[in-house]
Amino acid sequence: MTEIATAPKVEEKLFQNRYLVDAGKPHIRVREHEVPSASLLAMTRLCPAGCYAVTESGQVEVAADGCLECGTCRIVTRKTGEVEWNYPRGGFGVLYKFG
Amino acid sequence: MAEMEDTFDAIVVGAGPSGNAAAYTLAKEGLSVLQIERGEYAGSKNVQGAILYSDALEKIIPEFREEAPLERHVIEQRMWSMDDTSHTGMHYRSGDFNEEKPNRYTILRAQFDKWFSAKVKEAGALVLCETTVTELVKDLTGRVIGVRTDRQGNPIFAPVVILAEGVNGLVGQRSGLRPEIAPESVALAVKEMHFLPRETIEARFNLKGNEGVVIEAMGTITRGMTGTGFLYTNEESISVGIGCIVSDFAEGEATPAELLEAFKAHPSIAPLLEGSEVKEYAAHLIPEGGYKAIPQLTGDGWIVVGDAGQFVNAVHREGSNLAMTTGRIAAETVVALHRKGEAMDGYTLKEYERRLEATFVMKDLKKYKGIPGLLDANKTTFFGTYPRLFSQAMQTWFRVDGVDKKTKEKAILKSFRDSRSLRGLLGDAWRVARAWR
Repeated sequence: MTEIATAPKVEEKLFQNRYLVDAGKPHIRVREHEVPSASLLAMTRLCPAGCYAVTESGQVEVAADGCLECGTCRIVTRKTGEVEWNYPRGGFGVLYKFG
Repeated sequence: MAEMEDTFDAIVVGAGPSGNAAAYTLAKEGLSVLQIERGEYAGSKNVQGAILYSDALEKIIPEFREEAPLERHVIEQRMWSMDDTSHTGMHYRSGDFNEEKPNRYTILRAQFDKWFSAKVKEAGALVLCETTVTELVKDLTGRVIGVRTDRQGNPIFAPVVILAEGVNGLVGQRSGLRPEIAPESVALAVKEMHFLPRETIEARFNLKGNEGVVIEAMGTITRGMTGTGFLYTNEESISVGIGCIVSDFAEGEATPAELLEAFKAHPSIAPLLEGSEVKEYAAHLIPEGGYKAIPQLTGDGWIVVGDAGQFVNAVHREGSNLAMTTGRIAAETVVALHRKGEAMDGYTLKEYERRLEATFVMKDLKKYKGIPGLLDANKTTFFGTYPRLFSQAMQTWFRVDGVDKKTKEKAILKSFRDSRSLRGLLGDAWRVARAWR
């Protein structure tokens, strides 16, 4: 499919950025679930940093190392409560050079 | 940290334009101020297009032009209606904008905010970076009396906390001071920084020296969602981005990165960016709910300013000026109460809202209070049908192909009637006029 060939690789975009990762202390967690809600599932497409993915068994997982800290996932899932969202500890996370 | 004073006249949460305006104004007037910022430095977490409007900053730091890191002063505004291959533009360029004290500048927020923060420190505020406020401290009556951070176990106290924590401000929302932001009231924007030699930028945009151009675009670039694209010229870089309402994104099919790539590849945009080196990719939410989405702004011991209070005029793409103005006025209100020795409670702090009512901030937001609803109800028409019709009409009109002009006129009018019907066209005009006034 041509769509896949032309799809931008978000990971490549994230390589431009500076991060200070708080190892072992992810600031976003997805609560344990069997079937994700439509809102949580939408994050696999909607997250601008591509942090969300579906596992083989159909759950949604998050890897927040490349997070841009926009808060979209928190707002989209605010009613289902499936995402536990905090800002990274002071000083950690994305460090914008230009903003 | 243990030796730090634990009581201040005021605590400011956040060091963006609203927080810096507030902290600077308070410190300048001699109050003891603690400002808390979670970034490594003020600006390291902050994202904007970005345009700085001089008027709002002049009212705080009149001589800012002498030292602030400014990119280009804006002499030309381009408004584009786009379909997949064309744009129809309204451009306004004026030599009058080459004035001694220019009206608007492009800026890079990470650098600008760092400068503003240095001014805040100079004015005498204590600025604590790399520190996240985790919660507000309340007394038994529910009055806010201080904050707790992730740095220090003991709470820090002040008679008033100014919440300048941004659009995604967790502190106020978690403390129940305002409801969670709705996906309908906020846009998600993604942006890239494209670097080019300054001569290349000046040649491509017909600029001399520090003159700059901004482009705001709407149309099929957002695929039927409510949103806009933008391109701003900086000194040696171009900021290019696109944003749509989060609830539209959630219901749609596109990813934000795909939209940005398609916008960059558009035949009207691609030549402007050609050969550039991308150095950053950013994402941020923009509060776009307007007047109706403004939360409660004051209470016992607290005030909300800037994006946290939904202070963005989405129609005019203004935000940093509303942020600085609300920050300044909140601080002036606190200074006045402090000098009179009055309590900072829900009743006395209402003065902040009364003062805001008298400014462009509330007047403009009120004027456009119907716009977010209008766009949401008509997004496929306004962001799809009309941009396509305008482009087709222009193409029909300007393409010379042996067809006589009267026939072309008829074809254009027919295309509008067929797409929207006469009734629909009149209805759209009426709805826009009513939401605008």
